[in-house]
Amino acid sequence: MSTEELKNLKSNTIVDARGTACPGPLLAAKKAIGEIESGEIMEIYSSDEGTKNDIPKWCNKMTHEFLGIIEEDSYSRLFLKKA
Amino acid sequence: MGTELENQIADLKKQINLLKEGTKDQLSMVVFSGDMDKILAALIIATGAAAFDMKVKLFFTFWAISALRDPAKTGKGKNFIEKMFGMMLPKGSPKLKLSNMNMCGAGTAMMKGIMKKHKVASIEEMLKTAAELGIEINICEMSMNLMGFKKEEMINYPHMTICGVATFLTDAAESKIQLFI
Repeated sequence: MSTEELKNLKSNTIVDARGTACPGPLLAAKKAIGEIESGEIMEIYSSDEGTKNDIPKWCNKMTHEFLGIIEEDSYSRLFLKKA
Repeated sequence: MGTELENQIADLKKQINLLKEGTKDQLSMVVFSGDMDKILAALIIATGAAAFDMKVKLFFTFWAISALRDPAKTGKGKNFIEKMFGMMLPKGSPKLKLSNMNMCGAGTAMMKGIMKKHKVASIEEMLKTAAELGIEINICEMSMNLMGFKKEEMINYPHMTICGVATFLTDAAESKIQLFI
């Protein structure tokens, strides 16, 4: 998805994992995904550079759809749709 | 001719079963080192794998068992050598040292400070997360006896069992990933 499309996306849940280091954001995502329904959108805030590579791989394995990343000044917003 | 074919089929069936067993979405890890950095690495990989919905089984043996000691608990009925070992080995995860640049504890203290600054979870926090994720910890009974550690001096961990090498081999044989740290 393009940044424009992502900006207009309504997330069902936001996981704020800013400040935590690996594997913090991944574990936070794993915990939060259990609380939303299939087809719903989850957004992860992370200031950990590696998360941008890790979350798409995690989505691939867990069959969630990775939608894209919006870069903010000091963190990234990662979007995914639960399988 | 018929029996030869039957034998071949039986052989194939056996091989298919072996393949099936080895494809469990599971991680088996031998945690051997008692170095703080290596145990941290083991726990990061373990919790990461659990986030990938993998079943995780950790086999703690030799020096790594020190990390599972509870500083507030003491083992009963130890002989002189066992008591000496108990005193000389780290009593719990906060007492573990770095494998490199320990510098009489200064390096380890510095590393802990840096970890806090970078919000890297401590071993104690990682163990708590591991328990929540259902990660199994199996402790090698033989090395526990060698070190003179008693079951009652271990931390309260919900998925902990005392076992032998057969448990590790069974777990490792059916795991997709096996590691030794």
